[in-house]
Amino acid sequence: MSIYLNKDSKVIVQGITGGEGTKHTALMLKAGTNIVGGVNARKAGTAVSHKDKAGNDVELPVFASVAEAMEKTGADVSVAFVPPKFAKDAAVEAIEAGIGLLVVITEGIPVQDSAEFFNLSLTKTGADGKPVTRIIGPNCPGIITPGQALAGITPSNITEAGPIGLVSKSGTLTYQMMYELRDIGFSTSIGIGGDPVIGTTHIDALEAFENDPETKAIVMIGEIGGDAEERAADYIKAHVTKPVVGYVAGFTAPEGKTMGHAGAIVSGGSGTAEGKKEALEAAGVKVGKTPSETAALLREVFKG
Amino acid sequence: MDLYEYQARDLFEAHGVPVLAGIVAQTPEEAKAAAEKIGGVVVVKAQVKVGGRGKAGGVKLAKSADEAQQHAEAILGMDIKGHTVHRVMIAQGADIADEYYFSILLDRANRDYLVMCSKEGGVEIEQLAVERPEALARVSVDPNTGIDAAKAKEIAEQAGFPEEQHEQLSHAFIQLWDVFSKEDATLVEVNPLVKTGDGQIIALDGKVTIDENAEFRQPAHAELVDEQTEDPLEAKAKANDLNYVKLDGQVGIIGNGAGLVMSTLDVVAYAGEAHGGVKPANFLDIGGGASAEVMANGLDVILGDEQVESVFVNVFGGITSCDAVANGIVKALEILGDSATKPLVVRLDGNNVEEGRRILEAANHPLVTTADTMDAGADKAAELAHSARTDK
Repeated sequence: MSIYLNKDSKVIVQGITGGEGTKHTALMLKAGTNIVGGVNARKAGTAVSHKDKAGNDVELPVFASVAEAMEKTGADVSVAFVPPKFAKDAAVEAIEAGIGLLVVITEGIPVQDSAEFFNLSLTKTGADGKPVTRIIGPNCPGIITPGQALAGITPSNITEAGPIGLVSKSGTLTYQMMYELRDIGFSTSIGIGGDPVIGTTHIDALEAFENDPETKAIVMIGEIGGDAEERAADYIKAHVTKPVVGYVAGFTAPEGKTMGHAGAIVSGGSGTAEGKKEALEAAGVKVGKTPSETAALLREVFKG
Repeated sequence: MDLYEYQARDLFEAHGVPVLAGIVAQTPEEAKAAAEKIGGVVVVKAQVKVGGRGKAGGVKLAKSADEAQQHAEAILGMDIKGHTVHRVMIAQGADIADEYYFSILLDRANRDYLVMCSKEGGVEIEQLAVERPEALARVSVDPNTGIDAAKAKEIAEQAGFPEEQHEQLSHAFIQLWDVFSKEDATLVEVNPLVKTGDGQIIALDGKVTIDENAEFRQPAHAELVDEQTEDPLEAKAKANDLNYVKLDGQVGIIGNGAGLVMSTLDVVAYAGEAHGGVKPANFLDIGGGASAEVMANGLDVILGDEQVESVFVNVFGGITSCDAVANGIVKALEILGDSATKPLVVRLDGNNVEEGRRILEAANHPLVTTADTMDAGADKAAELAHSARTDK
């Protein structure tokens, strides 16, 4: 089991013919992902050549739109490798087409664009009253269910399937943590992104991991800026029965400076790493001082 | 990026928000000329990106152009909470009958926009929100519909303004939304928004934060960057497309990925506790590529910081393999030659790490030490920085 993504997911790539799209389509295929095609309106009707996990040649059709790709292939996941300028249009197209999961990798999207397409997704609801499209990102490494599928840029050779669920705002910290715990393995690892406005939140992922029978423990990685970690702490206290260990980056970040991620900023004394750590600890989450200490805390869960 | 008050005023004016005359001045003479041009009573206002300038003596009323010049003389160069005043704005004096508060901001938690509005302006809004939350209306705004006439009326009603003021206020709210949406702002704040003696609504003081990610469609925003107060190393890094933030420590940091770099700063700070309290000198994210050129540019910026005594390079090879990163480091040191003078501690992990470490060992550069873990690397870099400092 896993959350949001598995071996049956049919994945398309928006921007499949671009440099990043080409590179990561190859890596996603290598990770075993069932990629069924891609989208580029200007190259519709052509195909791109790749190799699958077993090394066999595959021809992936390029479609004019997400809607067409879904109709022809039954795709239910889209990964967008589209420059910031065009990212909103790509996201709107996928949402309008009713894709189930949209992973936006792009860094540098104006936040008003993200707010617009996220709020659009809220208006497109299914029979259950919930939005049809779940968005992961933007500015994220995407999601990996080791051994099954990768929708994003997370290296698939770090670790294999296992009982840990991981949710993180940061890409490389995710990789670092997966590497530290590579002998235990992961059910699903999600990078939710470092922008001020993101689709899937810590809370969404925590809820999904709580409901996933294969996930036995959860690692939650946060960083300065906003109050997502504080709200996640409240959620954990009320709803999560599985053990959660946490890590927060940015204790040394000065006030008012954006630390790489557009959303990573301490402003007016709020959004500090200290505040987040305290909130998580108050909710019973063990918080590591360093990534390695966090990994050690998680190991204790499995020993205990 | 936060804007100065005069820049916010200019944006307001450009988008039809009612404002009073205001002219920025960098010298007392310019201030005098501005006061003469505006005429009558003017206010000389220090332009700094920090609150509390009134209490610090940075805002003064002047009844004549000569007086404006004298005040500008006193205010220019003043230090307000660590910010040096390089400019003043000469603003037309206002006949204030009432003060209100209005802001639009990005609401990260709800992933939409939030308008806050109050009939009680000119005060510390954080304080008002805590002490009398009922006096502060909070209205959420859908990013796809924004503030139209109906939303503007809703805001005026929620804030408890009398019916007869609604139309006039709505006009200001809609124009302020225009500033927010067309300028790609994440904050537009007016405090105070005033009613004058003759019943006009005027935005008297404004604060605007703009989204740097929108640079590609906001070419005019490049003009708003204040090069005078920009840190020279940060400016140099920016020119090289490097994501660098100057801090106040001795251990230079290079890493890949914002989260990992932030984490590296923290781990170095902890390690520093055992080594004379040395601290991280900077944030520098070289991203996924880590080519020799990017590495060389990064090291060049870091070594330009005189406080730096050692450098910790902490890279996790994800998509990029560690051998490419190791080659990047070796070539970067070649490029820099004699200008690389501080010891480097390198920790590589992840994809193809053995080959990466082998390359560094084979190069056997006298300045480079390798570390097996992030914690060990941070400790070594802190130790080296501390001993270099002690030797001085």
